[in-house]
Amino acid sequence: MSVIVFSLLSGLVFGIGLIVSGMADPAKVLGFLDLAGRWDPSLAFVMGGAIAVGVMPFAAARRRTVSFLRQTMRLPTARHVDRRLIAGSVLFGMGWGVAGFCPGAGLVALGMGELKAAAFVLAMLAGMGALELLDRRSANLRAA
Amino acid sequence: MSIDWNSFTPGSAVAGGVLIGIAAAMFVLLNGRIAGISGILSGLLQPAKGDRAWRLAFVLGLLAAPAAYLLAGPFPKPQIDVGWGALVLAGLLVGVGTRYGSGCTSGHGVCGLSRLSPRSLAATAAFMGGGFATVFVVRHLLGI
Repeated sequence: MSVIVFSLLSGLVFGIGLIVSGMADPAKVLGFLDLAGRWDPSLAFVMGGAIAVGVMPFAAARRRTVSFLRQTMRLPTARHVDRRLIAGSVLFGMGWGVAGFCPGAGLVALGMGELKAAAFVLAMLAGMGALELLDRRSANLRAA
Repeated sequence: MSIDWNSFTPGSAVAGGVLIGIAAAMFVLLNGRIAGISGILSGLLQPAKGDRAWRLAFVLGLLAAPAAYLLAGPFPKPQIDVGWGALVLAGLLVGVGTRYGSGCTSGHGVCGLSRLSPRSLAATAAFMGGGFATVFVVRHLLGI
């Protein structure tokens, strides 16, 4: 139960952070991505602030096998850089550059009642679902 | 390159980033998981594995963030200048790309870099590059 409560709280604080930082405003994001125009470097400071806070807790998490709520510590173990990682990330970056929404910002803007954010989120879910189906199919083909 | 000093907001960017870092740190230390929004969201599209509740709670937290922000005052309205077609295209790219590349700005950019993961560093460079390149093409080559 407390896992669910703290998940809700984490999402809430994360979302407020996105609003405060400007990440939830597509015009601000596109201003940050527009190096050749009138560049607004603000959003580089978002990642800086988040990482400055995050480094020590993540180092502490790595030394543990269970969390403070006795959950199995599930940190990613993959360390290799492959074509899939890079191609997928480039595609994500292209989508980010088209509209200025990353997944979290889209959800927060949807929570503000923005209809256009709803269109973005629905298309994002469709894209995720499509890839999920493709992955499952190729896994089945390999298993057959 | 010229810097848009009028839009430059390093203070709120750092403050928002710190909140995002706190949310990610709280999530990993208490729940033992990476606060990667695309991963948490797409997990809801998979066949039930008994982990729907905390995923849903986190997403609800993001959606409720604007309502919580209202306690302090009106939230800044996001400025969405692109059209519906572009939003759908962006959503599809973000959905496919984040699943193919196993993460987005939160999972790779915030959590991955806080863990000093070389894989996430490569992914972050790739999606930033994709975003910069796309905005350059859209604004300066196509002139949209």
